[in-house]
Amino acid sequence: MKAVVTVLGKDRVGIIAAISAILAECNVNILDISQTTMQDLFTMTMLTDIGKASVDFSVLSDRLEAEGKNLGLYVKLQHEDIFNSMHRI
Amino acid sequence: MLSKYEILETLKMINEENLDIRTITMGISLLDCCHPDGEVCRRKIYDKVTGYAKDLVKVGWDIEKDYGIPIINKRIAVTPIALVAGSSTDEDYVRFALMMDKIADELGIDFIGGFSALVHKGYTPGDRKLIDSIPEALAGTRKVCSSVNVATTKAGINMDAVGQMGRVIKRAAELTASEGGMACAKLVVFANAPEDNPFMAGAFHGIGEPDCEINVGVSGPGVVKCALEKVRDADFSTVAEVIKKTAFKITRMGQLVAQEASRRLNVPFGIVDLSLAPTPAVGDSVAQILEEMGLERCGTHGTIAALALLNDAVKKGGIMASSSVGGLSGAFIPVSEDAGMIEAVRKGALTIEKLETMTCVCSVGLDMIAVPGDTSAETISAIIADETAIGVVNNKTTAVRIIPAPGKVAGDVVEFGGLLGTGPVMSLNKFSSDDFVKRGGRIPAPIISLRN
Repeated sequence: MKAVVTVLGKDRVGIIAAISAILAECNVNILDISQTTMQDLFTMTMLTDIGKASVDFSVLSDRLEAEGKNLGLYVKLQHEDIFNSMHRI
Repeated sequence: MLSKYEILETLKMINEENLDIRTITMGISLLDCCHPDGEVCRRKIYDKVTGYAKDLVKVGWDIEKDYGIPIINKRIAVTPIALVAGSSTDEDYVRFALMMDKIADELGIDFIGGFSALVHKGYTPGDRKLIDSIPEALAGTRKVCSSVNVATTKAGINMDAVGQMGRVIKRAAELTASEGGMACAKLVVFANAPEDNPFMAGAFHGIGEPDCEINVGVSGPGVVKCALEKVRDADFSTVAEVIKKTAFKITRMGQLVAQEASRRLNVPFGIVDLSLAPTPAVGDSVAQILEEMGLERCGTHGTIAALALLNDAVKKGGIMASSSVGGLSGAFIPVSEDAGMIEAVRKGALTIEKLETMTCVCSVGLDMIAVPGDTSAETISAIIADETAIGVVNNKTTAVRIIPAPGKVAGDVVEFGGLLGTGPVMSLNKFSSDDFVKRGGRIPAPIISLRN
Protein backbone atom coordinates (compact mmCIF):
# COMPACT_ATOMS: atom_id res chain seq x y z
CA MET A 1 0.00 0.00 0.00
CA LYS A 2 1.33 3.41 -0.97
CA ALA A 3 0.84 6.73 0.78
CA VAL A 4 1.85 10.31 0.03
CA VAL A 5 3.55 12.54 2.59
CA THR A 6 3.25 16.27 1.88
CA VAL A 7 5.30 18.86 3.73
CA LEU A 8 4.73 22.61 3.31
CA GLY A 9 6.16 25.54 5.22
CA LYS A 10 9.12 27.78 5.91
CA ASP A 11 12.45 26.26 4.85
CA ARG A 12 14.96 25.27 7.51
CA VAL A 13 17.75 22.76 8.09
CA GLY A 14 16.78 19.14 8.72
CA ILE A 15 13.22 18.86 7.40
CA ILE A 16 13.83 15.84 5.18
CA ALA A 17 16.04 14.26 7.85
CA ALA A 18 13.33 14.61 10.52
CA ILE A 19 10.54 13.23 8.35
CA SER A 20 12.67 10.37 6.94
CA ALA A 21 13.81 9.41 10.44
CA ILE A 22 10.20 8.78 11.50
CA LEU A 23 9.52 6.84 8.31
CA ALA A 24 12.62 4.69 8.83
CA GLU A 25 11.69 4.00 12.48
CA CYS A 26 8.28 2.83 11.32
CA ASN A 27 9.75 0.64 8.56
CA VAL A 28 8.27 2.76 5.76
CA ASN A 29 10.20 2.76 2.49
CA ILE A 30 10.55 6.00 0.50
CA LEU A 31 9.92 5.39 -3.21
CA ASP A 32 10.18 8.92 -4.56
CA ILE A 33 10.83 12.42 -3.31
CA SER A 34 10.11 15.70 -5.06
CA GLN A 35 11.22 18.84 -3.32
CA THR A 36 11.53 22.53 -4.19
CA THR A 37 12.09 25.79 -2.38
CA MET A 38 10.58 28.96 -3.77
CA GLN A 39 11.76 32.07 -1.93
CA ASP A 40 11.39 30.75 1.61
CA LEU A 41 8.55 28.30 0.98
CA PHE A 42 9.57 24.67 1.26
CA THR A 43 7.42 22.12 -0.63
CA MET A 44 7.99 18.39 -0.56
CA THR A 45 5.90 15.45 -1.71
CA MET A 46 7.09 11.96 -0.92
CA LEU A 47 5.67 8.66 -2.21
CA THR A 48 6.10 5.91 0.36
CA ASP A 49 5.39 2.21 0.66
CA ILE A 50 3.58 1.62 3.95
CA GLY A 51 2.75 -2.04 3.21
CA LYS A 52 5.30 -3.27 5.77
CA ALA A 53 4.95 -0.41 8.25
CA SER A 54 5.43 -1.42 11.87
CA VAL A 55 2.63 0.86 13.08
CA ASP A 56 -0.98 1.58 12.04
CA PHE A 57 -1.71 4.24 9.44
CA SER A 58 -3.30 6.53 12.03
CA VAL A 59 -0.34 6.21 14.42
CA LEU A 60 2.11 7.05 11.63
CA SER A 61 -0.08 9.93 10.53
CA ASP A 62 -0.25 11.34 14.09
CA ARG A 63 3.53 11.03 14.54
CA LEU A 64 4.24 12.85 11.28
CA GLU A 65 1.77 15.62 12.07
CA ALA A 66 3.24 16.02 15.57
CA GLU A 67 6.72 16.33 14.08
CA GLY A 68 5.33 18.92 11.67
CA LYS A 69 4.04 20.93 14.63
CA ASN A 70 7.50 20.75 16.26
CA LEU A 71 9.13 22.08 13.11
CA GLY A 72 6.39 24.65 12.42
CA LEU A 73 5.39 22.91 9.19
CA TYR A 74 2.24 21.48 7.62
CA VAL A 75 2.71 17.70 7.30
CA LYS A 76 0.05 15.35 5.95
CA LEU A 77 -0.02 11.61 5.28
CA GLN A 78 -2.67 10.43 2.84
CA HIS A 79 -3.45 7.19 1.06
CA GLU A 80 -2.28 7.44 -2.56
CA ASP A 81 -5.74 6.56 -3.92
CA ILE A 82 -7.23 9.99 -3.19
CA PHE A 83 -4.83 11.55 -5.70
CA ASN A 84 -5.15 8.73 -8.22
CA SER A 85 -8.93 8.90 -8.19
CA MET A 86 -8.94 12.66 -8.69
CA HIS A 87 -6.22 12.93 -11.34
CA ARG A 88 -6.20 9.58 -13.21
CA ILE A 89 -8.95 7.94 -15.21
CA MET B 1 3.47 8.61 -11.16
CA LEU B 2 1.61 11.50 -9.58
CA SER B 3 3.12 14.92 -10.08
CA LYS B 4 3.75 17.26 -7.20
CA TYR B 5 1.34 19.77 -8.74
CA GLU B 6 -1.49 17.25 -8.75
CA ILE B 7 -0.89 16.45 -5.10
CA LEU B 8 -0.75 20.11 -4.17
CA GLU B 9 -3.90 20.88 -6.19
CA THR B 10 -5.86 18.28 -4.22
CA LEU B 11 -4.52 19.57 -0.90
CA LYS B 12 -5.38 23.15 -1.85
CA MET B 13 -8.96 22.12 -2.66
CA ILE B 14 -9.30 20.50 0.77
CA ASN B 15 -7.40 23.02 2.89
CA GLU B 16 -8.30 26.32 1.26
CA GLU B 17 -11.36 25.78 -0.93
CA ASN B 18 -13.57 23.78 1.48
CA LEU B 19 -13.70 20.55 -0.53
CA ASP B 20 -15.26 17.92 1.67
CA ILE B 21 -17.62 14.98 1.73
CA ARG B 22 -20.82 16.45 3.13
CA THR B 23 -22.28 13.14 4.22
CA ILE B 24 -22.03 9.39 4.24
CA THR B 25 -25.65 8.32 4.60
CA MET B 26 -26.60 4.74 5.36
CA GLY B 27 -30.03 3.83 4.07
CA ILE B 28 -31.76 1.09 6.06
CA SER B 29 -35.06 -0.61 5.26
CA LEU B 30 -37.42 -1.02 8.21
CA LEU B 31 -40.11 -2.93 6.33
CA ASP B 32 -39.31 -6.10 8.29
CA CYS B 33 -39.78 -4.22 11.60
CA CYS B 34 -43.57 -3.97 11.19
CA HIS B 35 -45.51 -5.28 14.20
CA PRO B 36 -49.01 -4.70 15.64
CA ASP B 37 -47.50 -3.81 19.02
CA GLY B 38 -45.83 -0.39 18.80
CA GLU B 39 -43.33 -1.25 21.55
CA VAL B 40 -42.18 -4.39 19.72
CA CYS B 41 -42.04 -2.47 16.44
CA ARG B 42 -39.77 0.20 17.97
CA ARG B 43 -37.52 -2.43 19.56
CA LYS B 44 -37.12 -4.14 16.18
CA ILE B 45 -36.23 -0.77 14.63
CA TYR B 46 -33.66 -0.13 17.35
CA ASP B 47 -32.07 -3.57 16.94
CA LYS B 48 -31.91 -3.38 13.16
CA VAL B 49 -30.55 0.16 12.83
CA THR B 50 -27.97 -0.14 15.62
CA GLY B 51 -26.90 -3.49 14.14
CA TYR B 52 -26.25 -2.21 10.62
CA ALA B 53 -24.85 1.18 11.62
CA LYS B 54 -22.80 0.34 14.69
CA ASP B 55 -19.52 1.07 12.86
CA LEU B 56 -20.75 3.92 10.64
CA VAL B 57 -19.16 6.75 12.63
CA LYS B 58 -15.89 4.89 13.18
CA VAL B 59 -15.58 4.00 9.49
CA GLY B 60 -16.27 7.65 8.62
CA TRP B 61 -13.45 8.79 10.87
CA ASP B 62 -11.10 6.10 9.55
CA ILE B 63 -11.69 7.10 5.92
CA GLU B 64 -11.19 10.76 6.82
CA LYS B 65 -7.86 9.87 8.43
CA ASP B 66 -6.62 7.60 5.62
CA TYR B 67 -7.43 9.94 2.75
CA GLY B 68 -7.15 13.29 4.47
CA ILE B 69 -10.55 14.43 3.24
CA PRO B 70 -13.02 15.81 5.81
CA ILE B 71 -16.28 13.89 6.13
CA ILE B 72 -18.64 16.38 7.75
CA ASN B 73 -21.68 14.26 8.62
CA LYS B 74 -22.55 10.61 9.12
CA ARG B 75 -26.28 10.08 8.73
CA ILE B 76 -28.94 7.41 8.55
CA ALA B 77 -32.05 7.33 6.36
CA VAL B 78 -34.81 4.84 7.07
CA THR B 79 -38.00 3.63 5.39
CA PRO B 80 -40.77 6.26 5.73
CA ILE B 81 -41.94 5.65 9.29
CA ALA B 82 -45.63 5.95 8.28
CA LEU B 83 -45.25 2.64 6.40
CA VAL B 84 -43.73 0.87 9.41
CA ALA B 85 -45.62 2.50 12.29
CA GLY B 86 -48.82 2.05 10.27
CA SER B 87 -48.63 -1.67 11.04
CA SER B 88 -49.03 -0.93 14.76
CA THR B 89 -52.15 -0.03 16.71
CA ASP B 90 -50.46 3.10 18.12
CA GLU B 91 -52.33 6.36 17.64
CA ASP B 92 -49.46 8.74 18.38
CA TYR B 93 -46.17 8.29 16.49
CA VAL B 94 -44.08 10.71 18.56
CA ARG B 95 -42.58 7.73 20.38
CA PHE B 96 -41.16 6.49 17.05
CA ALA B 97 -39.36 9.81 16.65
CA LEU B 98 -38.02 9.60 20.21
CA MET B 99 -36.67 6.12 19.43
CA MET B 100 -34.98 7.46 16.26
CA ASP B 101 -33.38 10.27 18.29
CA LYS B 102 -32.13 7.78 20.88
CA ILE B 103 -30.59 5.65 18.12
CA ALA B 104 -28.88 8.72 16.61
CA ASP B 105 -27.44 9.72 19.98
CA GLU B 106 -26.19 6.25 20.82
CA LEU B 107 -24.51 5.83 17.43
CA GLY B 108 -23.06 9.35 17.48
CA ILE B 109 -24.45 10.19 14.03
CA ASP B 110 -25.46 13.71 13.03
CA PHE B 111 -28.98 13.20 11.65
CA ILE B 112 -31.53 10.45 11.10
CA GLY B 113 -34.09 10.99 8.35
CA GLY B 114 -37.27 9.16 7.48
CA PHE B 115 -39.95 10.40 9.86
CA SER B 116 -41.81 10.59 6.59
CA ALA B 117 -44.98 9.88 4.69
CA LEU B 118 -45.73 9.57 0.97
CA VAL B 119 -49.20 10.99 0.35
CA HIS B 120 -49.02 12.29 -3.22
CA LYS B 121 -52.24 10.49 -4.15
CA GLY B 122 -53.88 10.07 -0.75
CA TYR B 123 -53.51 9.16 2.91
CA THR B 124 -53.39 5.81 4.65
CA PRO B 125 -54.36 5.85 8.36
CA GLY B 126 -50.62 5.55 9.15
CA ASP B 127 -49.80 8.57 6.96
CA ARG B 128 -52.45 10.61 8.72
CA LYS B 129 -51.17 9.72 12.20
CA LEU B 130 -47.58 10.41 11.22
CA ILE B 131 -48.29 13.84 9.75
CA ASP B 132 -50.37 14.74 12.84
CA SER B 133 -47.35 13.78 14.99
CA ILE B 134 -44.74 15.82 13.07
CA PRO B 135 -44.81 19.07 15.10
CA GLU B 136 -44.44 17.33 18.49
CA ALA B 137 -41.96 14.79 17.05
CA LEU B 138 -39.63 17.49 15.68
CA ALA B 139 -39.99 19.76 18.71
CA GLY B 140 -39.16 16.89 21.06
CA THR B 141 -36.08 15.55 19.23
CA ARG B 142 -32.77 16.97 18.05
CA LYS B 143 -31.54 14.78 15.21
CA VAL B 144 -34.73 13.49 13.62
CA CYS B 145 -35.64 14.83 10.17
CA SER B 146 -39.04 14.60 8.55
CA SER B 147 -40.36 14.82 5.01
CA VAL B 148 -43.72 14.50 3.32
CA ASN B 149 -44.15 13.88 -0.40
CA VAL B 150 -47.34 15.66 -1.44
CA ALA B 151 -47.08 15.49 -5.23
CA THR B 152 -45.63 13.54 -8.14
CA THR B 153 -45.71 14.04 -11.88
CA LYS B 154 -47.62 10.72 -12.14
CA ALA B 155 -50.22 11.45 -9.44
CA GLY B 156 -50.63 15.22 -9.44
CA ILE B 157 -50.77 17.37 -6.32
CA ASN B 158 -52.64 16.28 -3.19
CA MET B 159 -54.02 19.66 -2.17
CA ASP B 160 -55.50 18.26 1.06
CA ALA B 161 -51.95 17.36 2.11
CA VAL B 162 -50.62 20.72 0.88
CA GLY B 163 -53.25 22.43 3.04
CA GLN B 164 -52.39 20.31 6.06
CA MET B 165 -48.63 20.86 5.70
CA GLY B 166 -49.15 24.63 5.99
CA ARG B 167 -50.76 24.03 9.39
CA VAL B 168 -48.11 21.46 10.40
CA ILE B 169 -45.31 23.92 9.61
CA LYS B 170 -47.02 26.69 11.60
CA ARG B 171 -47.52 24.39 14.60
CA ALA B 172 -43.90 23.13 14.42
CA ALA B 173 -42.70 26.74 14.45
CA GLU B 174 -44.90 27.64 17.42
CA LEU B 175 -43.65 24.66 19.45
CA THR B 176 -40.05 25.76 18.92
CA ALA B 177 -40.65 29.52 19.09
CA SER B 178 -37.80 30.04 21.55
CA GLU B 179 -35.35 28.61 18.95
CA GLY B 180 -36.67 30.67 16.04
CA GLY B 181 -38.95 27.89 14.77
CA MET B 182 -36.08 25.41 14.54
CA ALA B 183 -38.34 22.36 14.05
CA CYS B 184 -39.23 23.66 10.57
CA ALA B 185 -35.56 23.43 9.53
CA LYS B 186 -35.89 19.66 9.93
CA LEU B 187 -39.03 19.35 7.79
CA VAL B 188 -39.28 19.18 3.99
CA VAL B 189 -42.37 19.08 1.80
CA PHE B 190 -41.58 17.39 -1.52
CA ALA B 191 -42.81 16.92 -5.03
CA ASN B 192 -41.20 13.92 -6.79
CA ALA B 193 -39.06 13.00 -3.75
CA PRO B 194 -36.04 10.83 -4.64
CA GLU B 195 -35.75 7.54 -2.74
CA ASP B 196 -31.97 7.51 -2.38
CA ASN B 197 -31.19 11.09 -1.41
CA PRO B 198 -28.37 11.32 1.18
CA PHE B 199 -29.02 14.98 2.07
CA MET B 200 -31.11 16.18 5.02
CA ALA B 201 -33.70 17.08 5.93
CA GLY B 202 -35.27 15.15 3.04
CA ALA B 203 -33.44 11.82 3.20
CA PHE B 204 -35.50 8.64 3.52
CA HIS B 205 -34.92 5.08 2.36
CA GLY B 206 -37.38 4.35 -0.44
CA ILE B 207 -39.28 1.09 -0.73
CA GLY B 208 -37.53 0.17 -3.99
CA GLU B 209 -34.12 0.26 -2.28
CA PRO B 210 -32.17 -2.75 -0.93
CA ASP B 211 -32.14 -3.73 2.74
CA CYS B 212 -29.16 -1.47 3.41
CA GLU B 213 -26.92 0.71 1.25
CA ILE B 214 -24.41 3.56 1.37
CA ASN B 215 -25.14 6.87 -0.38
CA VAL B 216 -22.68 9.74 -0.43
CA GLY B 217 -23.14 13.48 -0.93
CA VAL B 218 -20.20 15.69 -1.86
CA SER B 219 -19.76 19.40 -1.37
CA GLY B 220 -17.54 21.75 -3.26
CA PRO B 221 -18.92 25.17 -4.23
CA GLY B 222 -15.67 26.79 -3.06
CA VAL B 223 -13.62 24.64 -5.44
CA VAL B 224 -15.82 25.61 -8.40
CA LYS B 225 -15.62 29.30 -7.49
CA CYS B 226 -11.81 29.20 -7.21
CA ALA B 227 -11.54 27.41 -10.57
CA LEU B 228 -13.68 30.12 -12.18
CA GLU B 229 -11.51 32.88 -10.69
CA LYS B 230 -8.78 31.74 -13.10
CA VAL B 231 -10.93 32.29 -16.22
CA ARG B 232 -12.42 35.73 -15.52
CA ASP B 233 -12.20 36.95 -19.11
CA ALA B 234 -13.31 33.73 -20.80
CA ASP B 235 -16.62 33.11 -22.58
CA PHE B 236 -19.35 30.74 -21.36
CA SER B 237 -18.09 27.68 -23.28
CA THR B 238 -14.89 27.92 -21.26
CA VAL B 239 -16.82 28.53 -18.03
CA ALA B 240 -18.88 25.37 -18.65
CA GLU B 241 -15.74 23.35 -19.40
CA VAL B 242 -14.01 24.53 -16.22
CA ILE B 243 -17.06 23.62 -14.11
CA LYS B 244 -17.31 20.19 -15.75
CA LYS B 245 -13.67 19.38 -15.04
CA THR B 246 -13.96 20.56 -11.45
CA ALA B 247 -17.19 18.65 -10.88
CA PHE B 248 -15.48 15.53 -12.23
CA LYS B 249 -12.68 15.82 -9.69
CA ILE B 250 -15.05 16.53 -6.80
CA THR B 251 -17.28 13.60 -7.72
CA ARG B 252 -14.32 11.21 -7.96
CA MET B 253 -13.68 11.97 -4.28
CA GLY B 254 -17.29 11.07 -3.53
CA GLN B 255 -17.03 7.84 -5.52
CA LEU B 256 -13.81 6.84 -3.73
CA VAL B 257 -15.29 7.51 -0.29
CA ALA B 258 -18.55 5.75 -1.18
CA GLN B 259 -16.71 2.65 -2.40
CA GLU B 260 -14.45 2.57 0.65
CA ALA B 261 -17.35 3.04 3.07
CA SER B 262 -19.30 0.34 1.28
CA ARG B 263 -16.36 -2.08 1.44
CA ARG B 264 -15.47 -1.39 5.07
CA LEU B 265 -19.08 -1.61 6.27
CA ASN B 266 -19.86 -4.57 4.01
CA VAL B 267 -22.96 -2.83 2.68
CA PRO B 268 -23.75 -2.25 -1.03
CA PHE B 269 -22.85 1.09 -2.61
CA GLY B 270 -25.98 2.96 -3.68
CA ILE B 271 -25.30 6.32 -5.31
CA VAL B 272 -23.17 9.44 -5.27
CA ASP B 273 -25.29 12.59 -5.16
CA LEU B 274 -23.73 15.23 -7.44
CA SER B 275 -25.24 18.19 -5.63
CA LEU B 276 -23.12 21.24 -4.93
CA ALA B 277 -24.01 21.80 -1.27
CA PRO B 278 -22.96 25.11 0.28
CA THR B 279 -22.20 25.78 3.95
CA PRO B 280 -22.32 29.08 5.83
CA ALA B 281 -18.49 29.16 5.77
CA VAL B 282 -16.92 31.99 3.79
CA GLY B 283 -15.95 30.78 0.32
CA ASP B 284 -18.31 27.78 0.30
CA SER B 285 -21.22 29.45 -1.45
CA VAL B 286 -23.23 28.66 -4.59
CA ALA B 287 -24.32 32.31 -4.81
CA GLN B 288 -20.68 33.37 -5.06
CA ILE B 289 -20.16 31.03 -8.05
CA LEU B 290 -22.96 32.85 -9.86
CA GLU B 291 -21.42 36.18 -8.88
CA GLU B 292 -18.03 34.98 -10.13
CA MET B 293 -19.68 34.55 -13.56
CA GLY B 294 -20.22 38.32 -13.64
CA LEU B 295 -23.33 39.11 -11.60
CA GLU B 296 -22.96 41.97 -9.12
CA ARG B 297 -25.25 40.09 -6.70
CA CYS B 298 -26.99 36.74 -6.82
CA GLY B 299 -30.64 37.40 -7.66
CA THR B 300 -30.13 40.11 -10.26
CA HIS B 301 -31.06 39.66 -13.93
CA GLY B 302 -28.96 36.85 -15.43
CA THR B 303 -29.11 34.72 -12.29
CA ILE B 304 -31.33 32.04 -13.83
CA ALA B 305 -29.08 31.63 -16.88
CA ALA B 306 -25.97 31.44 -14.70
CA LEU B 307 -27.58 28.85 -12.41
CA ALA B 308 -28.85 26.79 -15.36
CA LEU B 309 -25.33 26.65 -16.80
CA LEU B 310 -23.83 25.72 -13.43
CA ASN B 311 -26.38 23.00 -12.72
CA ASP B 312 -26.00 21.40 -16.14
CA ALA B 313 -22.20 21.52 -16.16
CA VAL B 314 -22.01 19.97 -12.68
CA LYS B 315 -24.10 17.02 -13.87
CA LYS B 316 -22.15 16.57 -17.09
CA GLY B 317 -18.84 16.61 -15.26
CA GLY B 318 -20.01 14.46 -12.39
CA ILE B 319 -21.85 11.73 -14.26
CA MET B 320 -18.69 10.19 -15.73
CA ALA B 321 -16.89 10.26 -12.40
CA SER B 322 -19.26 7.91 -10.62
CA SER B 323 -20.56 4.44 -11.43
CA SER B 324 -23.97 5.36 -10.07
CA VAL B 325 -25.42 8.83 -9.68
CA GLY B 326 -28.71 9.56 -7.94
CA GLY B 327 -30.38 11.47 -5.15
CA LEU B 328 -31.02 15.13 -5.88
CA SER B 329 -27.92 15.81 -8.00
CA GLY B 330 -27.95 19.52 -8.76
CA ALA B 331 -26.88 22.80 -7.22
CA PHE B 332 -28.56 23.56 -3.87
CA ILE B 333 -29.75 27.07 -3.07
CA PRO B 334 -30.57 27.05 0.65
CA VAL B 335 -30.70 30.67 1.73
CA SER B 336 -29.64 30.46 5.39
CA GLU B 337 -26.83 27.97 4.66
CA ASP B 338 -25.08 30.07 2.01
CA ALA B 339 -23.19 33.25 2.95
CA GLY B 340 -23.65 34.68 -0.57
CA MET B 341 -27.42 34.07 -0.56
CA ILE B 342 -27.78 35.68 2.89
CA GLU B 343 -25.89 38.75 1.71
CA ALA B 344 -27.94 38.91 -1.50
CA VAL B 345 -31.20 38.91 0.53
CA ARG B 346 -29.86 41.56 2.92
CA LYS B 347 -28.85 43.79 0.02
CA GLY B 348 -32.30 43.43 -1.57
CA ALA B 349 -30.96 41.61 -4.63
CA LEU B 350 -32.64 38.27 -3.97
CA THR B 351 -36.40 37.93 -3.43
CA ILE B 352 -38.63 34.92 -2.87
CA GLU B 353 -40.04 35.29 -6.40
CA LYS B 354 -36.55 35.06 -7.90
CA LEU B 355 -35.79 32.04 -5.72
CA GLU B 356 -38.92 30.33 -7.04
CA THR B 357 -37.76 30.91 -10.57
CA MET B 358 -34.28 29.62 -9.70
CA THR B 359 -35.83 26.35 -8.57
CA CYS B 360 -37.02 25.75 -12.14
CA VAL B 361 -33.43 25.22 -13.31
CA CYS B 362 -31.65 23.64 -10.36
CA SER B 363 -31.95 21.09 -7.62
CA VAL B 364 -34.62 21.12 -4.93
CA GLY B 365 -36.56 24.30 -4.23
CA LEU B 366 -37.35 26.93 -1.65
CA ASP B 367 -34.85 25.78 0.94
CA MET B 368 -34.16 27.18 4.41
CA ILE B 369 -36.22 30.31 3.90
CA ALA B 370 -37.27 32.29 6.95
CA VAL B 371 -40.53 34.22 6.54
CA PRO B 372 -42.44 36.50 8.93
CA GLY B 373 -43.94 34.78 11.98
CA ASP B 374 -47.43 36.06 11.22
CA THR B 375 -47.53 34.31 7.82
CA SER B 376 -50.78 32.32 7.67
CA ALA B 377 -50.88 28.54 7.25
CA GLU B 378 -52.82 29.10 4.01
CA THR B 379 -50.07 31.31 2.57
CA ILE B 380 -47.46 28.67 3.42
CA SER B 381 -49.66 26.05 1.74
CA ALA B 382 -49.97 28.24 -1.34
CA ILE B 383 -46.17 28.62 -1.48
CA ILE B 384 -45.92 24.81 -1.30
CA ALA B 385 -48.56 24.49 -4.04
CA ASP B 386 -46.58 26.78 -6.37
CA GLU B 387 -43.34 24.96 -5.74
CA THR B 388 -44.83 21.49 -6.19
CA ALA B 389 -46.46 22.66 -9.44
CA ILE B 390 -43.01 23.57 -10.75
CA GLY B 391 -41.77 20.08 -9.86
CA VAL B 392 -44.77 18.19 -11.19
CA VAL B 393 -44.96 19.97 -14.54
CA ASN B 394 -41.19 19.92 -15.13
CA ASN B 395 -40.84 16.29 -14.00
CA LYS B 396 -38.24 17.16 -11.37
CA THR B 397 -37.86 17.19 -7.62
CA THR B 398 -38.88 20.35 -5.83
CA ALA B 399 -39.15 20.92 -2.11
CA VAL B 400 -40.11 23.53 0.42
CA ARG B 401 -38.30 23.98 3.72
CA ILE B 402 -39.70 27.19 5.10
CA ILE B 403 -39.57 28.65 8.61
CA PRO B 404 -42.30 31.08 9.73
CA ALA B 405 -40.09 32.51 12.49
CA PRO B 406 -42.29 33.33 15.49
CA GLY B 407 -42.32 37.01 16.41
CA LYS B 408 -40.07 37.99 13.51
CA VAL B 409 -40.84 40.41 10.70
CA ALA B 410 -39.28 40.94 7.27
CA GLY B 411 -35.73 42.23 7.65
CA ASP B 412 -35.08 40.44 10.96
CA VAL B 413 -32.57 37.62 11.26
CA VAL B 414 -32.97 34.11 12.71
CA GLU B 415 -29.95 32.16 13.97
CA PHE B 416 -30.15 28.40 13.47
CA GLY B 417 -26.51 27.60 14.16
CA GLY B 418 -24.09 25.07 12.66
CA LEU B 419 -24.66 23.95 9.07
CA LEU B 420 -28.18 25.46 9.14
CA GLY B 421 -26.74 28.98 9.36
CA THR B 422 -28.48 32.33 9.64
CA GLY B 423 -31.82 33.12 7.99
CA PRO B 424 -32.73 36.66 6.94
CA VAL B 425 -36.54 36.93 7.20
CA MET B 426 -37.92 37.47 3.67
CA SER B 427 -41.07 39.38 2.80
CA LEU B 428 -43.97 37.66 1.05
CA ASN B 429 -46.85 38.75 -1.18
CA LYS B 430 -49.46 40.38 1.07
CA PHE B 431 -52.56 39.17 -0.79
CA SER B 432 -54.59 36.19 0.41
CA SER B 433 -54.61 32.68 -1.07
CA ASP B 434 -57.02 31.37 1.59
CA ASP B 435 -59.95 30.45 -0.66
CA PHE B 436 -57.61 28.75 -3.13
CA VAL B 437 -56.07 26.51 -0.47
CA LYS B 438 -59.45 25.72 1.16
CA ARG B 439 -60.73 23.98 -1.97
CA GLY B 440 -58.71 20.85 -1.19
CA GLY B 441 -58.90 17.74 -3.38
CA ARG B 442 -56.31 16.89 -5.98
CA ILE B 443 -54.77 18.86 -8.85
CA PRO B 444 -54.70 16.22 -11.59
CA ALA B 445 -51.45 14.90 -13.03
CA PRO B 446 -50.28 16.89 -16.05
CA ILE B 447 -50.52 15.45 -19.55
CA ILE B 448 -46.76 14.77 -19.58
CA SER B 449 -47.39 12.03 -16.99
CA LEU B 450 -48.95 9.90 -19.74
CA ARG B 451 -45.80 8.68 -21.42
CA ASN B 452 -46.67 5.04 -22.15
